Amino acid sequence: MAVARFWRENASRYNLIGTKCGVCERVYFPPRSVCPTCHRASIGKMEPFKLKGEGEVLTFSIVHEAPSQMEMQKPYVIAIVEMDEGVRITGQIIDAELDDVAIGMKVRTTLRKVSDEGDAGVIHYGYKFMPL
Amino acid sequence: MDVGIVSYGAYIPRYRIVPQEIGKVWGTDGESMGRGLYILSKSVPGPDEDVITISVEAARGSLRRCNVDPKQIGAIYVGSESHPYAVKPTSSIVAEAIEASPNMTAADFEFACKAGTAAIQCCLGLVGSGMIKYGMAIGADTSQGAPGDALEYSASAGGAAFLLGSEDIIAKINRTVSYTTDTPDFWRREGQDYPSHGGRFTGEPAYFKHITAAAKRLLDVMETSPSDYDHAVFHQPNGKFPVRVSKQLGFNEQQIETGLLTPSIGNTYSGAVPLGLASILDVAEPGDRIFAVAYGSGAGSDAFDITVTDAIKDLRLEAAPTIKELVERKKFIDYATYAKYMNKIKLKEAVE
Ligand SMILES: [Zn+2]
Repeated sequence: MAVARFWRENASRYNLIGTKCGVCERVYFPPRSVCPTCHRASIGKMEPFKLKGEGEVLTFSIVHEAPSQMEMQKPYVIAIVEMDEGVRITGQIIDAELDDVAIGMKVRTTLRKVSDEGDAGVIHYGYKFMPL
Repeated sequence: MDVGIVSYGAYIPRYRIVPQEIGKVWGTDGESMGRGLYILSKSVPGPDEDVITISVEAARGSLRRCNVDPKQIGAIYVGSESHPYAVKPTSSIVAEAIEASPNMTAADFEFACKAGTAAIQCCLGLVGSGMIKYGMAIGADTSQGAPGDALEYSASAGGAAFLLGSEDIIAKINRTVSYTTDTPDFWRREGQDYPSHGGRFTGEPAYFKHITAAAKRLLDVMETSPSDYDHAVFHQPNGKFPVRVSKQLGFNEQQIETGLLTPSIGNTYSGAVPLGLASILDVAEPGDRIFAVAYGSGAGSDAFDITVTDAIKDLRLEAAPTIKELVERKKFIDYATYAKYMNKIKLKEAVE
C-alpha cells in the first residue's frame, strides 16, 4: 500500500479521530466529509471527533487462513466493535485467548503494528482492540 | 523551581518464556542458568509489538492518570537500543500517537540501558530552564540475545514513560548526577542483528564500578546515607547484580524489593530502571525518598534522588495498569512460539 496514503490517515488511525455531523450529531469513523443521512445540509458542518476508544464486541470471527502479513499471528480474531459513541469499527482483537472472545466483551483500543512493506519498508501502525 | 515527575505510565508485553524452555533447545541446563542469573521468566513482545507500540502505551497511560493537555508537552525523548528504524525517529510517531505534535521537539536517545534516564535528565533541564512546560521521557526496549547466547535468557521487553514538569509534581527530583567512561563491555555494530559482549568484562569494571561511583557521588552531594531512603532501584541486567551492588553500597533487601522486577520479567534494558521506579511510585507514600541508579554499557550511570510529594494522592493510579498488574498479566509460551514472535526464523516470503 502507498506510503503517502497511510501517512495522510495516520492522525485518525493512531488516535481514532472520526467526524461528527453538526446537524444530526451522528459520529463517523473513518472520517467523512459529508453525512450520509443529512447530505447537503451537513456540508461544512462535519467536525473532527475523537472516539474515547472503548466499546464492546458485536460479532467476531476467527481467521485461520491468513494473508502473508498476518502469518505470524494466526489464528487470530477479527471483530466488529460497537464503540461507546455508537459507531462500529472492524479490527483485530489481541492479547485474548480465542476461547475468551465473546459477543458483548468489553474492549479498548491500543496501538500496534498493522503491516509493513517488507524488511526495508515503512512500518504501519494502527489501532487494535484488547480486552478491557 | 521544583522539577519532577507529574505522571507516569508503563507497559510490559504479556508473553513470558522460562529459562528451562530456552535451555531445552540448546541442550543446556536452563533451570540452573535461570538460577544463576536469578531470572525465573522473561517478557517477550508479541509479533505486532515493538519499542514504538510499548512507548505509546506507556505514554498514553501517563496521560490518562493526570489532567495535562498533551499539546503542552514541549519535548518527547525516547531512549532505547531497539528503535524499530535505524533512521526515522520513534519519538515523532509517539508524539503523533499521543497528540502532542506538531509544536514541540523530539529525538531518540541511545546509551545502551541508560538511554531512558538520559531522556529524563534532558527533560529536567528543559523544564527547569523554563524552555518547555512539560517533557515526556521514555525508556523502552525489545532486546534480543543471539540464539543460544547467555543473553537469550535475560533480554526482554517493556518500558515506562515519565511526564516531567514543575507544577503538580507527584515526585520531586532533588538531584541527578552521572558517571561516564569509555568502557567496551557490550556493543552492537550497525547492521548486526545481535549484540556482542566482553564476557567477564561486563561485571566489575563496568556495571559495579559505574553504579557505585555514581551512587557515591550522589550520596556525597546530598550528604545522605542509604538509610535515608525508603526505596532504591538499580539497573538489573539479571536478578543478582542489583542485589549485590545494593549490599555493597549499604542498602538492604527491603529497600530494593519493590523496584526489583528482573526475576519475573527479565532485563528490559532501557526500560529496567524506569519500570522499577514506576513500581516504587505505584506504592509510594508522600514523603518517601527514592534512590535510583541506571547503568548503560559503553559505559555510564545516572543517579537520581527523588522525594514523593502529597500530590501523589491525586494521581489517578487506576486509570492505567500498575506494574503489579502488568507483571501478573502473563501467558507462557514455548521456544517455537518465541522464535516465531522474535523473528528468529525467516518467513518464506522474506526468503523469496
Ligand atoms: Zn448528519
